Amino acid sequence: MGFQEDHVISSTTLCAHCGDPLNGPGIIHDGKAFCCNGCRVVYEILGSTGNCPAPVVQPVDTDRFAYLDEPTVVERLREFSDGHVSTVSFLIPQMYCSSCVWVLEHLYRMDQGILLSRVEFLKKAIAIRYDETKTSLRKVVELLTTLGYEPRITLESVDRSAPPPPDRSLYYRIGIAGFCFGNIMILSFPEYLSGGTVDAQLRHVFAYLNLILSLPVVFYCSTGYFQSAAGGLRKGIFNIEVPIAIGIAIVFLRSVTDIVSGAGPGFLDSLSGLVFFLLLGRLFQNKTYDSLNFERSYTSYFPLAVTTRHRGTERTTPVSDLHPGDRMVIRNNEIVPADAVLIGGDAAIDYSFVTGESRTVQKVPGDLVHAGGRQVGGAIELDVVTEVSQGYLTRLWNEAAFAGTPRRGLTTLANAVSKYFSAGVLIVAACTALYWFPRDAASAFDAVTSVLIVACPCALALATPFAFGTALRVFGRNKFYLRNTAAVETLAGISTILLDKTGTLTRPSTSAVRFVGTPLTDNQRSMVASLVRNSHHPLSRTLYESLIPLPLRPVQHYRELPNAGIEGEIEGATLRVGSRTFAGAPTESGPAVDSGADTTEARVYVRFGAEPRGHFALAGAYRDGIESLVTRLQTRHDVVLLSGDSDWERPQLERRFGPQLPLYFEQTPADKKAFVAGYQQRGATTMMVGDGLNDAGALQQADVGVAVTENIAAFSPACDAILEGSRLTRMDTFLALARSSRRVVLWSFAISVLYNAVGLSFAVRGALSPVVAAILMPVSSVTVVAFTTLAVQMIARRRGLLS
Amino acid sequence: MSVIVVLLGFSMLLAAGFLAAFLWAVRSGQYKDKHTPSLRILFDNKRRDSHDSSSPTS
Repeated sequence: MGFQEDHVISSTTLCAHCGDPLNGPGIIHDGKAFCCNGCRVVYEILGSTGNCPAPVVQPVDTDRFAYLDEPTVVERLREFSDGHVSTVSFLIPQMYCSSCVWVLEHLYRMDQGILLSRVEFLKKAIAIRYDETKTSLRKVVELLTTLGYEPRITLESVDRSAPPPPDRSLYYRIGIAGFCFGNIMILSFPEYLSGGTVDAQLRHVFAYLNLILSLPVVFYCSTGYFQSAAGGLRKGIFNIEVPIAIGIAIVFLRSVTDIVSGAGPGFLDSLSGLVFFLLLGRLFQNKTYDSLNFERSYTSYFPLAVTTRHRGTERTTPVSDLHPGDRMVIRNNEIVPADAVLIGGDAAIDYSFVTGESRTVQKVPGDLVHAGGRQVGGAIELDVVTEVSQGYLTRLWNEAAFAGTPRRGLTTLANAVSKYFSAGVLIVAACTALYWFPRDAASAFDAVTSVLIVACPCALALATPFAFGTALRVFGRNKFYLRNTAAVETLAGISTILLDKTGTLTRPSTSAVRFVGTPLTDNQRSMVASLVRNSHHPLSRTLYESLIPLPLRPVQHYRELPNAGIEGEIEGATLRVGSRTFAGAPTESGPAVDSGADTTEARVYVRFGAEPRGHFALAGAYRDGIESLVTRLQTRHDVVLLSGDSDWERPQLERRFGPQLPLYFEQTPADKKAFVAGYQQRGATTMMVGDGLNDAGALQQADVGVAVTENIAAFSPACDAILEGSRLTRMDTFLALARSSRRVVLWSFAISVLYNAVGLSFAVRGALSPVVAAILMPVSSVTVVAFTTLAVQMIARRRGLLS
Repeated sequence: MSVIVVLLGFSMLLAAGFLAAFLWAVRSGQYKDKHTPSLRILFDNKRRDSHDSSSPTS
């Protein structure tokens, strides 16, 4: 190929192999763009002539995975081994398309020792079976890393006890209930349609067959309802399962007496239909996102082992065995697993996981480095100060306050309504009994049981899972992933919203920096870098990062003027960096637009000696449209901004968001959590929107904790919802949909009450025939299901959440 | 009349067979991963190396 052109990769570029649109910048190789490493590897393999040696992509640091040779580590990672063949599973977040599956399932071609590899795409998991005599765990992991699929091996991969067996019982229950429901329906049809002309003997056969078929429905499929009703009553809570359980029991008993006494065919078809629909509702509600984990703690993020140095020899130590005083060696891109003091090396610690801010912090020997930072650059040595479980951040997770303790008891809508509903039904039943007893004792039994049968709150129980389940799916399509339907309901009642600043309102990525004015020489650039290096102002830090690597000069007479800028002397020249008024602008530099609320661009002006040289333009540190989001949220909610930074930014934030937004600075992780708790004590329902480990406590404490992340597959702390950063500005729409969904539930409660009124009008007269029940009950269930799903979808469409 | 009862027995047997098939499918993990098999079917599974024992290469 003689012709080569520069590819400008835009977001609309398609992958050269699979044709999917690129996710981000993609991977550029050989002048072509690929969506993922899988496509690139497949492309190469197909392109090469047949026998394909594994193309080496990313050479692995020689000792990076040395710890995987440790027998104790291998033992803990391995799921199964007979001494010869072993099985391991990994999570591989980089899996992106079907090419990845192809490459990962053809590992055996690249390593003879790998016998089988199976991918579970949605979970981004791979199970590998390998021959220990031909390869090793370390080689397998190195092969994966070489291909661009570095598995996530963390403390969690070994700390988790054996994974619980998958819960398939709901599928079993639905299958059996569906089977019984269908057959009971068929066997009941002759009775309904013939108008009583069915042969008496046949009728007997049908009725008893129905009775047999209903046994698994009552004694297996619906056991969950009896259990949770009993559990609720024991705790003194009258939940929605109580009237359901009573209803199922009464229908069954009435039907048994009817059939045995020969009085009628019973209501078994209604009963099994009811259970079947309820179980379907449960299935619909149980929408899960396979690749997301809402329970992550620091263990899913800290490494499994680190290199330690003891009397001059290096070895691998599991992180859980680290003790104060141990000397750790942390290499490029490794995470510091415990609070430690820096002993030697150039430490540039990236705390993006902790603060959500992608900025490296320089440390000098003697400095304390908190656990969770990632070293960027050469190897450093540190002395462990505290054990992993006692670290500054990890302690937050270990606090008893949220070590698996249940949330505040939120009364769900359905439970609250079911109380009044049941009371109403009992009153009607009592009145019916009072009316009938003096007249006809036998009819009284019929009428009272009929009342209880027809008033079973099936529709009530179905409205919540289908309305909130639909909302959950709509949110999922908009990259707002909620843990469960209860979170949707809580979302509807949020009164206070607490926002983290860094990484939540701001974009974590380093913003683009350009210089406007007389171009600077390299020498001048390095002078600017040397000066701004001394400042902790985020603009300085961003500017500094855009300028390095450059040789740094010593700075004298360094001065920092709040709300103005910084000043210093380098090699005899006075240098000013800061606002327009402080540093001044060259006369020809166009209109005097300063970094104001209306621009997303921040400007840093530079002056050498007496000569203004122009400004650096730092684009969009804040997410687009964040100001209007805050304004929209403020119309319905109390919005509070919490920041871990010092308050130098207060004037800028006040200008940006207006004076009504309460701002709190210098909030430690523990402060943020206490802040949320304080609001809750005053009766507020809180939502915390944050990211990073430093918000973990507040996310846990809040009624709804929303973790904002740029990459859904990346780490996020334990929370109730995960939101992709770009969708944050739709938060007000999400909240509105949650509120609308709750209104839909209330409307369907009204529909259900209407049906019940019709049913009761038959029942109190003792005229509820099995046919009427068999029509009325499924019809009411179907209406409620259809109404809730369609209504929520329609509202979502109107709000632009569905197309 | 008894014909209906016999038919009923057969139909139940048939339906129970389908139920058993469903339960087996759930049990054998077919509902565990509903996505990857749909990708896997697109791969050309010609195995050219020593692991190959079943499919003859043409």
